[in-house]
Amino acid sequence: MLGALIIVFREVIEAGLIVGIVMAATRGVPGRGRWISIGVGGGVLGAGVVAMFAGVISEAFQGAGQELFNASVLGIAVIMLMWHNAWMARHGREIADEMRRVGTAVSEGAKPLTALAVVVGLAVLREGSEVVLFLYGIMASGTSGSALLIGGVLGIAGGAAFTGLTYLGLLAIPNRHIFSVTSWLIALLAAGMAAQAVQFLNSAGLVVALDRTLWDTSWLLSEKSIFGRLLHTLIGYIDRPTEMQLLVYVATLIAMFLLMRVARPSPRARIPAAAE
Amino acid sequence: MRSIFVAVCLLVVVPAGARADDYVLTLKDHLFTPTEIKVPANQRVMITVVNDDATPEEFDSAALKVEKVIAGKSKGVVRIGPLQPGRYPFIGEYHEATAKGVVIAE
Repeated sequence: MLGALIIVFREVIEAGLIVGIVMAATRGVPGRGRWISIGVGGGVLGAGVVAMFAGVISEAFQGAGQELFNASVLGIAVIMLMWHNAWMARHGREIADEMRRVGTAVSEGAKPLTALAVVVGLAVLREGSEVVLFLYGIMASGTSGSALLIGGVLGIAGGAAFTGLTYLGLLAIPNRHIFSVTSWLIALLAAGMAAQAVQFLNSAGLVVALDRTLWDTSWLLSEKSIFGRLLHTLIGYIDRPTEMQLLVYVATLIAMFLLMRVARPSPRARIPAAAE
Repeated sequence: MRSIFVAVCLLVVVPAGARADDYVLTLKDHLFTPTEIKVPANQRVMITVVNDDATPEEFDSAALKVEKVIAGKSKGVVRIGPLQPGRYPFIGEYHEATAKGVVIAE
């Protein structure tokens, strides 16, 4: 039971971290509860579908279907996170000002929410499909299934609680700083996802350049330990990165910051509440 | 649309190089056979993982940089390398206690 709990828990916390950060990043934006729920719900449904077709996906593209699928999911999430950060660079100040003044939210929240709902949905889909497959395996094997299943359900509950903790922890950040902190977190999240995506492309046989391993810090912190996994999701920690992974990681960070700088309104244009 | 599909397929096939049939790992009753698999160092290698169990398994190795779900009663191709000479452990994540093995690059 404990084994099942741990396996499920560590998959759920990876998605949970992302949901927690997204919730903190959208504080004060109207309708976010609904959008995030749609994201989570869509992700759970998607996880079921992906798990059901795991064999088909795997065999597509000469056996590289799963790798290409994962790379695409991560790639889309990276683009959505960039879009969100660019939007926040433009409108974050207005939202923070508004929150301070009336304690309620601004009206123009719809845009980044669709992007972030997609990010949440994809995160839940990716980790969730592994949970579904694992739990399915338990149920299919029958013997001593119930104890394992309880472990799995407890793992999901634990992961959900962890999401709540992440969110509450980020809420402790004062309003003034919340958007710059979450923008940083999202930039690192995106860079880590991009580095993961490029490794899936490598496993698919598509991007094989610069595939030498740069260093090995697995003796210090294994990527597979719970803390290693948290850092893996949060900042893209990889204990044995390739040259290409490091390159993509840095390039994503630079692209993100350039985009945010370009999106930021000029100091003069900011005062008459530039809408779009 | 179809031309894109074909182009992607070709891209996947062409650089892969190595023959998948050379290396086969079979999973049965949550145990890998063989438990040690020798591959040449410094080149890309394809290993076919055959899952003979009814339940899905995730072939997982941080050392080999692979995470791949293999559905029950099916098989999956894992592309690894180029590897420095050495030992690279892998596990079946869903049955970590029994499903484990090592790739030896030499």
